[in-house]
Amino acid sequence: MTSLQQRRPLSPHLQIYKIQITSLLSILHRATGMILFGGVFMWTLYFFALASGSAFYQQVQDLLLHPLGLCSLGLWSFALCYHFFNGIRHLFWDMGFGYEMKTVRLTGWLVITSSFLASGFLMLFILFEVF
Amino acid sequence: MFETNLHRAKGLGSSHSGVRFWVIQRLTALALIPLSLWAVYSLLSLVSAPFESVCSWFSSPWTVTFTALFILMMFYHGALGMQVIWEDYIPTPLLRWACIMSTHFLSLGLGFFCLICLLKVYFYPLSDITLPALPK
Repeated sequence: MTSLQQRRPLSPHLQIYKIQITSLLSILHRATGMILFGGVFMWTLYFFALASGSAFYQQVQDLLLHPLGLCSLGLWSFALCYHFFNGIRHLFWDMGFGYEMKTVRLTGWLVITSSFLASGFLMLFILFEVF
Repeated sequence: MFETNLHRAKGLGSSHSGVRFWVIQRLTALALIPLSLWAVYSLLSLVSAPFESVCSWFSSPWTVTFTALFILMMFYHGALGMQVIWEDYIPTPLLRWACIMSTHFLSLGLGFFCLICLLKVYFYPLSDITLPALPK
């Protein structure tokens, strides 16, 4: 980019356009996707621990069930549930269904509530198992 | 990549692998619907289980198949998704290509590693990993 291009003004966009359910859920889908991709490192560690034997597996399990580990597991499970439900919503869009604004808002709220309920249920189950 | 600059500037030519990318992203997503449910079910069953129970969980060929498929689809779908993110947010072509390539290599490498570890648990569950002795 020439310095002239760098100095040209841009009209404000992110600073001024009000966040709506459409844009919020869309960026959340991308953000949860990134979180899930970050989670694959934990999956890799888990499988390596499985292969390494009971001593190292125990260490990894303790790491996962440590309060901080449980918090990240909670964040990751919310990301999974949200990306899962919103992904299905995307697949319906790909087939051509659900583009009317009413439907978009309704399915959007369905996705949000299902994600909270599902991940809440998962974490409660895990906490119940652990303690 | 092999077009002339004029060709590219006029916007001519096909989108090459664009449609295929889109289709594979949706196919991996579809596959991940049942496979993620399986993965969550696995995780819930194994979260507080001792090592021996975990080994017996992975002693069934069904479990290993579904887990291996989950690993494959997860890494593939994730790599494709990250590619879209790099394409959207990195302006310089060389850096963008480097990020996309590294993501694919990383996904391939880690995915393969996970599969190997899974197979090791399936075939030799209770032997610890030790470094092989050098031949004399």
